Amino acid sequence: MSTAEFAAARAEPTRAAVSVQDLRIELASTRTPVVSDISFEIGRGEILGLVGESGSGKTTVGLALLGHARRGLSIAGGSVLLGDRDILDLGDEELRRLRGALVSYVPQDPASSLNPALRVGIQLREVLEAHQADRNGQRASRGDHSERIAEMMREVALPDEREFLRRYPHELSGGQQQRIGLAMAFANRPRLIVLDEPTTGLDVTTQAHVLETVRQLAKLHDVAALYVSHDLAVVAALADRVAVMYAGRLVELGTAETLFTSAGHPYTRRLIGAIPRLTGGRSLLGIPGRAASPGRRPPGCSFAPRCSMRIEQCDQEVPALRPVGPDHLVRCIRAEEVLTKEQRRIGDPIEMPAAGDLAAVRLDSVVALYGRHEVVHSVSFSLAAHECLALVGESGSGKTTIARAIAGLHHNWTGKITLGDLPLHTSARRRDADTRRRIQYIFQNPYGSLNPRRTVGEIIGQPLRVFGTASGRDADRRVAEMLERVSLTASYAARYPDQLSGGERQRVAIARALVCDPAVLICDEVTSALDVSVQAAIVELLGNLQRDLGLSMLFITHNLPLVRSIAQRVAVLHDGVVTEVGETAQVLGSPAEPYTRQLIADTPSLETAIAEVGIAEPPTPATSPG
Amino acid sequence: MIPAAGADMAAEAVPLDAPPVRATSLLRRSLRLWRTRIGIALVGLLVLIAIVGPFIAPHGSSAFVAAPFSPPGKGAVFGTDHLGQDVLSRLLDGGRSILLMALIATAAGLIAGVVIGLVAAYARNALDDVLMRGMDVIMAFPQIMLALVAAAVVGPHPWVIIVAIALTTVPRIARVARGAALPVVERDFIACSEAMGVPRWRILFGDLLPNTLGPLMVEASLRMTYSIGVIAALAFLGLSTNPNDPNWGLMIQDNRTALAFQPWGAVMPIIAIALLTMGTGLIGDGIARTAAGIDRSRGAE
Repeated sequence: MSTAEFAAARAEPTRAAVSVQDLRIELASTRTPVVSDISFEIGRGEILGLVGESGSGKTTVGLALLGHARRGLSIAGGSVLLGDRDILDLGDEELRRLRGALVSYVPQDPASSLNPALRVGIQLREVLEAHQADRNGQRASRGDHSERIAEMMREVALPDEREFLRRYPHELSGGQQQRIGLAMAFANRPRLIVLDEPTTGLDVTTQAHVLETVRQLAKLHDVAALYVSHDLAVVAALADRVAVMYAGRLVELGTAETLFTSAGHPYTRRLIGAIPRLTGGRSLLGIPGRAASPGRRPPGCSFAPRCSMRIEQCDQEVPALRPVGPDHLVRCIRAEEVLTKEQRRIGDPIEMPAAGDLAAVRLDSVVALYGRHEVVHSVSFSLAAHECLALVGESGSGKTTIARAIAGLHHNWTGKITLGDLPLHTSARRRDADTRRRIQYIFQNPYGSLNPRRTVGEIIGQPLRVFGTASGRDADRRVAEMLERVSLTASYAARYPDQLSGGERQRVAIARALVCDPAVLICDEVTSALDVSVQAAIVELLGNLQRDLGLSMLFITHNLPLVRSIAQRVAVLHDGVVTEVGETAQVLGSPAEPYTRQLIADTPSLETAIAEVGIAEPPTPATSPG
Repeated sequence: MIPAAGADMAAEAVPLDAPPVRATSLLRRSLRLWRTRIGIALVGLLVLIAIVGPFIAPHGSSAFVAAPFSPPGKGAVFGTDHLGQDVLSRLLDGGRSILLMALIATAAGLIAGVVIGLVAAYARNALDDVLMRGMDVIMAFPQIMLALVAAAVVGPHPWVIIVAIALTTVPRIARVARGAALPVVERDFIACSEAMGVPRWRILFGDLLPNTLGPLMVEASLRMTYSIGVIAALAFLGLSTNPNDPNWGLMIQDNRTALAFQPWGAVMPIIAIALLTMGTGLIGDGIARTAAGIDRSRGAE
């Protein structure tokens, strides 16, 4: 449905498939509001993207549309009107009947939402039978279902053969599992469907196919869809309208086009500025500070403490969500001023320093195995001194295995890896201390890479102790220095990791890697567990450090646009083979290999999305194996 | 790789002020529960009795005070036992050996069990199998049987009983330690220490051990409870160190014949053992509940 059509639909309130009014959700124990003043409508066949960062309350709102509150939370007020029925007024039995029939849900992790002990065909049949019985008071015949199931499978571009339906969930790929989830959600032709980051765990190619399926099904069956996500690029590619949440409130609501080209809220603008772009190597701008948690939110505008346009009135009362244009609502008292500013200017082009001639790390015919299974097939490339080389690839391509082999954490490999002129032993333990010191590794998940029982000071000081670099006062001084270097303060040394946010933890992990003055830094998906605004800040920090300290950095990621903002060169890895290596601009701008081209085409990015809002063609089922 | 769903959920959950879980804070937090407070009060009281008892006892533990099985009266608050000795004095004197033996046995079993469990979890190879199957073999012997056989064969020396109980404590602690350490071994901070070349023993006791303390504390207090029970039971069965030394288990055995007309001789040590095991049990329960409560509240977020 186009914007104009939707505007017409809005004028006639009965046509909105779902209407949320003044929704308020509290912590059950303290009655602290977690989410408040949420009002929006979704038309039939429309996809509303609900975006926000961790803790913004977007999933809580999504679940409330199903009449559900997570444990410890309670829906304290407001209404969710589905037609003329208020979901929040319904009893448990009515809700049960409603879910799956009129409203349905696609969770984030498809693997955990399917019963591992039942064949997928049986699970699909169950969904149909459960609600058929409710509707007719009797069960439809088996034959009917087989036909319906085949139809459902075709709709989500999965094979409808008997053999496929007899598979168990673990015999399907992640993409296929999520398609089964979609088929189940759409099975009973619901009026409203809530999708909670259904593509988060999927590869870009799979994600692209799943997104197309969602879009196609929503239009085809006139289903109102709420797509909850932290990924603005995905939402930009998929949604008709977008609602932005910050600290439990909607701060902006408008068409996807309006939001991504001329947002009216400073937060939305900063958020968009933090998204890495596929075109042009621009520096990413993070948002300083962090969102206040429930109960600690300021009395005025929640974003005011982090806002560059803050004035005195911002702190006095919560601004109203008010219209600033056709179908465009903003919760900011200075929205008009924001709108006059040019949105396009985001980040400065980055001057990438020239890479040195010497190779810092060289891989020569490296073959890595897991047990007997070969996951990396004869890979050779080199990381030049003082350069940042991005190693990109989908999950299972072997990029982390290569990184761990260089760091001496994956032992089962043959071939040759040299650090400068020094051939490296497979195991870190067999390497001498100086070699271990010169290669430092930053892990993907900052929630797992810091020992929760140690203070930040102890964690950062550990390498100093292990390598005997410094001790006592001297070590404390070095730790404080490192904390400053990663834009934290010395006072963080006394804290424990669980008192830090994800971004702060990753900064601590970076400080730990830098404290012993390494030559080579391996960053393994260091931003994938972080929010976009935090990711931008971390990438900015890593880029600056790499340039200032002259580090050689291997930056492993599945996020192609991110590569533009940090790496001079990029190596594309596909099924354990390096398919393409070259300058970043060249590889991403005019890829030589078909695989790279496909990868870029499937990557949701803001540029492509803005150019093609609402006009994307549905895919032909044959080309989407999931 | 693609962000794992788990990682993303962790990112969602943490900003809502998750309570920190550290060993010290676990103990301190468990003190908010009445069961832990009562447990500590009970254990404290009985430990106090065991320590100062001999000094405040009105009579010597083997002194003849009145006719055997005299009811409570002048000179003997709880009457006398089968040899005419003061029940109160023997009660005050009889806790020390049980407590000391249980403490040494549990501590020894705890140390050996933790080392074996952590090594097994960290090795995850043939050594893991060898160690844990060995533990299974020991676990196949019932605790009291092993102690009885050892005491019968070698003689009822205190160290024999301590070794037998420690030996049967080891596999149970090892299992808990290994189970708690397995998920921790997978975490990246262990890999980080390995990449730095931190010595293995340091990874075991510096990185792994502090992250398994919660379940270990629960298991240790449970094992302490059982050790007290077994030592008392052995004494009751006549396998105490010296028949003349006062000992709660032995007192029950000696005085149970007079339960009908001079119950205090048997009932008082029964109460003492019951309060002591209840105390250690409540402490363990309090810690377990606190740990579970922290998990639950995290889950809700």
